[in-house]
Amino acid sequence: MPLHPKEPLLTDSTSSSLLFFALITGVFVLMGCRPEVPNSSTKMEPILIGFFGALTGNAAGLGQYTEMGATLAVEEINASGGVLGHPLELRREDNRSLAGESATIVKKLLSRDQVVAIVGDANSGRCLEAGPLCQAAGIPMISPAATLPQVTEIGDFIFRVCFTDPFQGKLMAEFARKNLSLKRIGFLVDATSPYSLGLADVFRDRFTAEGGLVIGEQRYNGGDKDFRAQLTALKADGVEAIFAPRYYHSGGLILRQARELALTFPMLGGDGWEAPELIDVGGSAADGAYFPVHFFAETPTPATRDFLDRFHRRFGKFPTGVSALAFDTLQMIGDALRRSNSIRPKSIRDELAVTRDFPGITGLITMDSHHNAQKSAVIVGVKAGSFQFVSVIEP
Amino acid sequence: MTEFLQQLLNGISLGAIYALIALGYTMVYGVLRFINFAHSDVFMIGSYVGWFALQRFQFQQPSFLGGITVLTLDMAVCALLGVLIEKLAYKPLRNRSTLTVLITAIGVSLLIQNLAQNQKFGFGPNPKAFPPLFPSKQLQFGDLTLSTNQLAVPIVTLGLLAILYWIVHCTRTGTAMRALSFNATAASLVGINNDRIISFTFALGSSLAGAGGVLYAMNYPSIDPLMGTMPGLKAFVAAVLGGIGNLPGAALGGVLIGLVETFVSGTRLSTFRDAIAFAILIAILLFRPAGLLGKLKVEKV
Repeated sequence: MPLHPKEPLLTDSTSSSLLFFALITGVFVLMGCRPEVPNSSTKMEPILIGFFGALTGNAAGLGQYTEMGATLAVEEINASGGVLGHPLELRREDNRSLAGESATIVKKLLSRDQVVAIVGDANSGRCLEAGPLCQAAGIPMISPAATLPQVTEIGDFIFRVCFTDPFQGKLMAEFARKNLSLKRIGFLVDATSPYSLGLADVFRDRFTAEGGLVIGEQRYNGGDKDFRAQLTALKADGVEAIFAPRYYHSGGLILRQARELALTFPMLGGDGWEAPELIDVGGSAADGAYFPVHFFAETPTPATRDFLDRFHRRFGKFPTGVSALAFDTLQMIGDALRRSNSIRPKSIRDELAVTRDFPGITGLITMDSHHNAQKSAVIVGVKAGSFQFVSVIEP
Repeated sequence: MTEFLQQLLNGISLGAIYALIALGYTMVYGVLRFINFAHSDVFMIGSYVGWFALQRFQFQQPSFLGGITVLTLDMAVCALLGVLIEKLAYKPLRNRSTLTVLITAIGVSLLIQNLAQNQKFGFGPNPKAFPPLFPSKQLQFGDLTLSTNQLAVPIVTLGLLAILYWIVHCTRTGTAMRALSFNATAASLVGINNDRIISFTFALGSSLAGAGGVLYAMNYPSIDPLMGTMPGLKAFVAAVLGGIGNLPGAALGGVLIGLVETFVSGTRLSTFRDAIAFAILIAILLFRPAGLLGKLKVEKV
């Protein structure tokens, strides 16, 4: 006959009572109960912040620049005394730019390192993999540069500090139609990337609404290196420009092969094109490429000028948009920690959600009700092997 | 029509690279009857050797002579690597079953890939931009466009195929290779040094992979340690399509696969490109197992 489950615990056996206490303790440990403020006996124990991104692999040009921005922010916060009397420590994990790796490494950050917040990958797809885990664990995840709308729809613990794809797709469509006076455009999209497909959809809607025509749409598989067949087909369709939203890695190869096929018209991309590698691989073929970026110091204010200098002094190169966003992300986490006066992830989340007019390098940051920051975008063009300011678009 | 011709040119230039890799697969298969899966990694190493050579020499301007020097050096290094792989991994297994050697080949392939990805001992996992090798120009034929880089691939492939054909059919070493492929025991009975011939075969095949690696990197100037996998598989399909063990067959198969891929990519079916390439492999294995140019051998039991 089965016993009532509580029966052995309520009887007087000593071992049972011990088991009871062990269970209770275990439950509390599993719930991730943390002290309100860090333990005062270990005064200098660091507050752990997780970071996952593409430190190696095809998207490393984005991931490494993100990581540098985050590192600089942590170092500067610590140099000025840390937060709540404790230094911050960044725990870095690398997803090697591969799909399917992020869940594993984020689990590691959540369970082994017990981080209080996580800085997400710049890649939207990777954030979709990791977001549900952070949401379930109740740890806030802030992506510096994941632009896919679905990322922050995962739940109330997920934030972003950049503009979204509907915004950048729309502004690139308007830029193509109005500034470049293009009428007939072709798409070259990665069929395996939600980012690429999503941006193409937004672009199409806006571009046709403005009286333009999308007359050719070609697809490729992630990791492809040969785009000549697709480009030739688009050329035969008679397009006046090509929109190819994906990362700099395929972007450079697409630009190069397009020019080799004597396609001299403008090539448009998304924010994923912003990395020095676009020009390394594309070479002179990169001229005539246009894409939106999150931050571009064309007429630097004293604050941005100073940031550029500090970044350059620390890493020997100038930051890209994702570096500035990651820097702001960490500063915002520090700010939320200070305001909540606690390292409880729940209160950090609550404070992050009410961030208003936070003065970041990339502009004033205000979280809207969907946990997205409303940000302006700068369109840059490539001329003579360097990124040049074209125009700035407010949200 | 213009589009068709342009796609034809694109397809031939892509296919010529597959052909170059397929030749290596087919030669080793012809002599040893096993698929050297590490071949695609020799291809990858080939492009890195080219990259290092270009860094080291620091040519002011890409020149024809410099390009040829890098290509030759690259082929020599890859030939050595091929021999090394053969001596270390395959020679000790000479009298084991083919399956054992095949699994070892996969192991060698994974070993090279992972060593190459290592930041300390290898090249690191991040893609590198490949600098220009030959001076490149755009050629215009009416509406058709072709870069000299693209044109170089079929020319080099044809040249190497001719040299290879000459070695196999007109030299003593080539005769020994053919003898070995007919019957290894009988070949050694008539005084052929089997080990030496097998090493030579590996050297020859690997140098072709090295050349392929450089030509591929020249046309798709972003190289990484896993870049060999897909072209390697496609070239394997090409070798089977043409009739594995048959040299002109491998070249033909390579060009056919390149053409099929290009024509599929230019249509709405572009994302099914790889699926179609591998469907061809399955179809060939079902309906013409010996390949297009291969002769079906009846095995006596």
